[in-house]
Amino acid sequence: MGRVVTIALGAFRESVRERVLYNLIVFAFLMIGAAILMGSISVGVERIILVNLGLAAISVFGLLIAIFIGIGLVSKEIDRRTIYNILSKPVARAQFILGKYAGLLLTLFVNTAIMTAGFYIALAIQERGLETSDLNLLVAIYFIVLELVIVVGIAIFFSCLSSSILSAVFTLCLFVIGNFSSDIRAFGQGSGSPLLEKITAFLYYVLPHFGDFNVIDQVAHGVRIPGFLVAANTLYALLYVAVLLSGAILVFEEREF
Amino acid sequence: MPAIEIKGLTKEYRTGFWKSRTKLALNSLNLQVESGEVFGLLGPNGAGKTTTLKILFRLVFPTSGAARILGRELNDTAMHQRVGYLPEQPYFYDHLTPEELLNYTGRLFRLSKDGLRHRVNDLLARLQLAESRHVPLRRFSKGMLQRVGIAQALINDPEVVFLDEPMTGLDPIGRHEVRDLVLQLREERKTVFFSTHILSDAETLCDRIAILNKGQLEGCGELHDILSLGVSATEVILESPTEAVLNEVRPLVSSMVRTGDRVRLEIREEANTEQVLAKAFQGKAKVVSLNPVKMSLEDYFLSKVKTNPRDLNNRSS
Repeated sequence: MGRVVTIALGAFRESVRERVLYNLIVFAFLMIGAAILMGSISVGVERIILVNLGLAAISVFGLLIAIFIGIGLVSKEIDRRTIYNILSKPVARAQFILGKYAGLLLTLFVNTAIMTAGFYIALAIQERGLETSDLNLLVAIYFIVLELVIVVGIAIFFSCLSSSILSAVFTLCLFVIGNFSSDIRAFGQGSGSPLLEKITAFLYYVLPHFGDFNVIDQVAHGVRIPGFLVAANTLYALLYVAVLLSGAILVFEEREF
Repeated sequence: MPAIEIKGLTKEYRTGFWKSRTKLALNSLNLQVESGEVFGLLGPNGAGKTTTLKILFRLVFPTSGAARILGRELNDTAMHQRVGYLPEQPYFYDHLTPEELLNYTGRLFRLSKDGLRHRVNDLLARLQLAESRHVPLRRFSKGMLQRVGIAQALINDPEVVFLDEPMTGLDPIGRHEVRDLVLQLREERKTVFFSTHILSDAETLCDRIAILNKGQLEGCGELHDILSLGVSATEVILESPTEAVLNEVRPLVSSMVRTGDRVRLEIREEANTEQVLAKAFQGKAKVVSLNPVKMSLEDYFLSKVKTNPRDLNNRSS
């Protein structure tokens, strides 16, 4: 476990020193600032605009960080040959993968926490204070974090298989398709073709259900998110990531450098 | 128990678009390195030296054969706690400083906090990196990176040290320091296994050597035994020989060099030596010295690499 923590903290330190991270965080704060501005010119819906744009900024920029840094976790190490120094030490390949994953998650948690603080400051400025009901927004942020937990797992999986650029493309594609997994299934069910229905059902179960994690609109309108959805999404994210990381480790165990 | 045992190690790479061609990088290598010796693995570029080291460190998997280090299997993590490795042209996280890199590496070895601190300070001083301990590695020259590489290979005070081309990128002072370091490691009774294509380093440092050529082991043994196998020529020095004597011996020698009133003759054929001496005595020339010219390591290396050309590459399956 100590080696996993060492690699995780090393990955976190590397992310912190990556300049792209700071650019993305600054951009995210600009987005939140823009949300305040747009809210101020939309009478009666200022809060809805701010919550929608603010949470979307946290999601999008978290996604970009997850992809930009996630794709480099393994493939960049291979390209730069820094992996020789790690794997020649008493480090199991599985420990390397888990450590890198944990390190990027830590980066994303810190980044999300900073952006959440900025979001709540923006909300407090607009609403002239915060109310207890504003804590409901944390559920949406928690779901964004769960999404990122899965996205990082996808990024690491593809990073073990292919180059940095291809990993980015595959991860992004899977994120987009995953947001429409329910629509894909509905399409198959309405097609009238049993074969298509089976294929789309298979895809529905294999693809990540990112659509279920998107509750930004509901929380923006003050709708309370049920506890069972929180539990279900948490369990789903943990199981999906477990499968992804197992696959990544299996692939990585056989790779030669 | 040998420190390193390699038995029948073979590595075939699959190449080509459909991975239908094979390239034999290593062909049934057998080697044994005893504890406490400095062993040199020599060979030209592409001989299989780095492939051998990569297999030992599980960066690449053998097609067949086996190897053990300190009596343990290669996938034994506990064994890797006791060995150090300097890869060829090492690459490090360039956002780290030498101190940070050594601390990071030391934590992977689970060294204690105090022990690690002392070890890091000692290695930074020993490898002349103390002044640059807080400078990011991206600003280091090739030679300084090589020193950092050696430092990280020694951070765990290993029993067996593997160095892949350790002199690469070093200036003469740096090379001298690395040579001293290897000799010091030998004094500490550590086993040093290093690969190089610089023969003078092997001649200076190694107890035993092996020569690889295109994946095949061409020769292996103690250095002085290998070099005494071959007497490549006989050297005869004559003082003030007449032109008549020189004309008579000229067809029998491979080279004739005059320096002042002395002439150095090099005779390749052993049978010609007697004739040359007879003609020198007949012509009343003074024979100042008669010595065998022993084969240098370079001569031995070239004889092994050039006389057995092999093409183990691009075999179709």
